[in-house]
Amino acid sequence: MALLQISEPGQSPDPHQRRIAVGIDLGTTHSLVAAVRNGVAECLPDDRGRVLLPSVVRYLENGGRQIGYEALAAQSEDAENTIASVKRLMGRGLADIANREKLPYRFVDKPGMVALQTRAGEKSPVEISAEILATLRYRAEDTFNDDLYGAVITVPAYFDDAQRQATKDAAKLAGINVLRLINEPTAAAIAYGLDNASEGIYAVYDLGGGTFDISILRLTRGVFEVIATGGDSALGGDDYDRALADWLLGQAGLEAVAPGDKAAAKAAARAAKELLSAQDSVIATLTVQGPSVEVPVGRATFEELTAGLTSRTMNAARKALRDAKLAKDEIQGVVLVGGATRMPQVRRAVAEFFGREPLTNLNPDEVVALGAAVQANQLAGNDTQGDLLLLDVIPLSLGIETMGGLVERIIPRNETIPTAKAQDFTTYQDGQTAMAIHVVQGERDLVQDCRSLARFELRGIPPMAAGAARIRVTFTVDADGLLSVSAKEQGSGVEARIDVKPSYGLSDDEIARMLKESFATAEQDMRARALAEAKVEAQRMLLATRSALDADGHLLTADERAHIEALMASLRAVAENAAEAGPVDAATEALAKGTEAFAAMRMNESIQKALTGRKVEAI
Amino acid sequence: MNLQSNDFELFGLPERFEQDLPRIDSRWKELQREAHPDRFAAQGAAAQRIAMQWSVRINEAYKRLKDPLKRAAYLCELRGAPIDAENNTAMPTEFLVEQMAWREALEEARTPEDVDHLEEELMQARRAVLKRIGTLLDESNDARAAAQQVRALMFVERFGQDVQARAEQLGQ
Repeated sequence: MALLQISEPGQSPDPHQRRIAVGIDLGTTHSLVAAVRNGVAECLPDDRGRVLLPSVVRYLENGGRQIGYEALAAQSEDAENTIASVKRLMGRGLADIANREKLPYRFVDKPGMVALQTRAGEKSPVEISAEILATLRYRAEDTFNDDLYGAVITVPAYFDDAQRQATKDAAKLAGINVLRLINEPTAAAIAYGLDNASEGIYAVYDLGGGTFDISILRLTRGVFEVIATGGDSALGGDDYDRALADWLLGQAGLEAVAPGDKAAAKAAARAAKELLSAQDSVIATLTVQGPSVEVPVGRATFEELTAGLTSRTMNAARKALRDAKLAKDEIQGVVLVGGATRMPQVRRAVAEFFGREPLTNLNPDEVVALGAAVQANQLAGNDTQGDLLLLDVIPLSLGIETMGGLVERIIPRNETIPTAKAQDFTTYQDGQTAMAIHVVQGERDLVQDCRSLARFELRGIPPMAAGAARIRVTFTVDADGLLSVSAKEQGSGVEARIDVKPSYGLSDDEIARMLKESFATAEQDMRARALAEAKVEAQRMLLATRSALDADGHLLTADERAHIEALMASLRAVAENAAEAGPVDAATEALAKGTEAFAAMRMNESIQKALTGRKVEAI
Repeated sequence: MNLQSNDFELFGLPERFEQDLPRIDSRWKELQREAHPDRFAAQGAAAQRIAMQWSVRINEAYKRLKDPLKRAAYLCELRGAPIDAENNTAMPTEFLVEQMAWREALEEARTPEDVDHLEEELMQARRAVLKRIGTLLDESNDARAAAQQVRALMFVERFGQDVQARAEQLGQ
């Protein structure tokens, strides 16, 4: 349903002005930003025409940093300060990181999330990811010569609460308004327009630079449900390069020992691999220790060398199907994602396994970002015709710790979100005023086998005899899959105060500190930036309220309407003349508060309309 | 209609056990289209918060309406006969006899075929109980008797899990 936006002269900017909304694929090896322009989603290139941004951040001597290709080039010479694949560290503790002894970084074991010691000081994975996101944000703003309204950011389907929260925090540091986090395979399916298709089950085969993911999606009435995920977090296109590089070196009778030589051999292998996707044979040029050596290589040889890698992906696909309790012929379509799926042997293997040709007409590097852009465009209100409704499911069950280290399941996995569940607790001691609730995520029965999410401490419970207090704790999972908790003593109606101690992730204080330090703010005058953002927010709020009044003003009494108009006028005046963010934020907040009841009425009206529509149709 | 409306009011459905399942599905989608927070992504935090409450409420109702056991239990509760399974274990007598026979059959099951046979029997029992529940709620309006059948059905479901576990055991 489209809301008409009618503006009074001079009171609001052009209502038809598009909001700049983008989709961001924050990847392990590279990241992209895409937007819908002239009705078509496309990836935005940098000033040199490249759409991929290597997900690499290098901290320099002078407090500066390099992001992307420059950082990638410096990886071997300045490994400690050049962070790649930071996505693997998001929302993770030191003990969670596989093969950390093989990585060239100086890890700092911190409660909540691992950090890295660089020459620019200690950096959280959230801060490092924020550098990548900010780079993409500026790219989008430069492209459109306008402020970014918001972004949809993609995450792997299996990301847990901590990893999703870390991604959202990174966006916040980068000054990006997150419209929604969506799952990567879902984004790929949207890019292919599968949401327009009828119902069905689809597989998304995602072979990236360093990771392999397979997801089985069920699409029912616009609901994307991830029914199984699998994969190998240490298998990707890089392994194909390495296998070919080793073979080329062997043929040439050479050995690559120095990091530079290894990189050169891999680069030669990658170039040969890419050519072999289009031709049957190629002559690879190896430049390792002295003069260049030319080694001919045929596609058949390359395929033979890497057959083991390809079959590993198929084993994972088989397992995912088994988890989903599905036969291969129940899959209605297969989507290919990731640059490594350009290899003919991969396409062939996928086609053979599923017994159907995979969808390949979109660029596999771009498909996730493109789908995210479609969703962002709709969420920003640019596409009023769009009726894509993404109802995701929660990827992992949520439970609480009970006696004896057992898990009591509160919200089972695959439940459609947003969802909420209330649970009653009582006190076990006379006069008890506090209690702790330990929330875990996972499918196992023992707390130690699940992942700790957070400890919630409820305080301010009115003192009563043991067992007399009835504390209703409500666990809410929002549309992004993030948990929040509220609690109320039922008898007295007293709201318990909740202190959250996330097991992984950053506290609000840490985020605030990082925001202060962050490059997103440091390079500009922080105050000016805060003011600009406050004004944008005020503008957004005014526009939203105006369109709400135009559409549903009849729900208000004259007094109520006058009150809202007054709040709007005051916000407009404050925003126009303000020199600081504070008063603007306060006036925006006042308008938000003042329209809360109106918003509730509108929602009721809207739902009722939906119902009435059906009744008419039934008659 | 508001957030306190019952599931049937919310979905605009007659307050009865027998339901048209595709209609529940399509109603759910229609309602989410109106209320999902994504629809209000551009309209400020207050609208988002309220949309989220509605969206959660719609999902809750949908879950309950589409599952016949949950729907029956909910109807009993609406009609003043809460299931209260933990404190009330009273079962219809004919059912008690039946369940003893099933337990025995499960213990004696040696082959996958034995289990298949038992599963088939359970399925039929389940269908029969659901039919009885439908009659009790929609025709005789006897919520108390229906609640007893719901408790029996809950037992069947739990027993069905044991049977499945046994089937997996024997299948390997």
